[in-house]
Amino acid sequence: MSDSGYREFRPRWYRPRMSTWWWLKRWSSLAFILRELSSIFVAWFVVFFLILVGALGRGGHGYHEFLSWAASPSIVILNAVSLAFIVFHAITWFNLAPQAMVVRLGGKRVPAALIAGANYGAWVVTSAIVAWLIVGG
Amino acid sequence: MADRIVLEVARYRPEAEAEPTLQRYEVPFRKDWVILDGLNHIKDHLDGTLAYRWSCRMGVCGSCGMTVNGEPKLTCATFLSDYAPGPVRVEPLRNFPIIRDVIVDIGDFMKKLSAVKPWIIRDSEKPLAEGEYRQTPDELDHYKQYSMCINCMLCYAACPVYGLDPEFLGPAAIALGQRYNLDSRDQGARERHKILSKHDGIWSCTFVGECTKVCPKNVDPAGAIQRYKLTSALEWVKDFVMPWRGQ
Repeated sequence: MSDSGYREFRPRWYRPRMSTWWWLKRWSSLAFILRELSSIFVAWFVVFFLILVGALGRGGHGYHEFLSWAASPSIVILNAVSLAFIVFHAITWFNLAPQAMVVRLGGKRVPAALIAGANYGAWVVTSAIVAWLIVGG
Repeated sequence: MADRIVLEVARYRPEAEAEPTLQRYEVPFRKDWVILDGLNHIKDHLDGTLAYRWSCRMGVCGSCGMTVNGEPKLTCATFLSDYAPGPVRVEPLRNFPIIRDVIVDIGDFMKKLSAVKPWIIRDSEKPLAEGEYRQTPDELDHYKQYSMCINCMLCYAACPVYGLDPEFLGPAAIALGQRYNLDSRDQGARERHKILSKHDGIWSCTFVGECTKVCPKNVDPAGAIQRYKLTSALEWVKDFVMPWRGQ
């Protein structure tokens, strides 16, 4: 935007400033900020997994040390909060997926519900396979 | 049903005031009146100094966008009865400099709109004798949704990214760039790519999604931007693998 130019009939613009707390004014804005924030917890789960892999690499003793560290209240609380944020992250992104993915089959656009449903379906199947590997495998 | 409703309209008279104030007007409350009817009543009968933009009264021209009770709305398509018993607060569109009362400066948007070259670009025009550029209904369907944009700028008013960073190209301009990119008659995607893929273009968008929610024509600018992010990423990969492309 340029302030220069013809000014006789534009004596003084008023430029409102956005509040730092704009994201607290509406639930949709807060949900957006929480979705962005959830990325930190996604990163934490990756770090947690890498620490697990490192502990496994150090053998049985290292693994048991990891287990007792992971069972400490602070880590359990952190992981519980992280899980809540990751579920929120997954659900909000899956719901947004149909907007970003335009799939056309036979000249027709695939309905949004089908695209979101496919994402949820893949999530359930992947979770079931992981659960089977851990519990039943 | 009450027969009057109060409109609290933002007034800004730059020759006299440092910042906007609210002025209350009582207007007739009629079931078939929209906010714009209330403003026209004020202008005609109560206060001729009130300044606002309007033209078609039927959601086509995109002139009468304002903030109604905190939400960006076309005032010609927003009924007083939805806000009964009132008062209804009418303010200028957010994220734009205010010139007077509820009139904002749209120069920045106009500049961005022309930057995305929203017209059909051809490498070479075919001779007139060969007839028009024909298009199937399916080809029309690819871009029709984006062609419904009326440049009302409600999406810019709703976008926190634009509010925080006015350099952002913005939802409507990107959606209109896509409108032509997806048109089977157009060959200008490469030219628009330079504008759309800049840092201040699609990559500034964090997918808040408010632009799509407030759009009165169901254009879905947020979807257009995310789709173009994928296109842009693929273009980058193609350029990386085949650097001789686009030379």
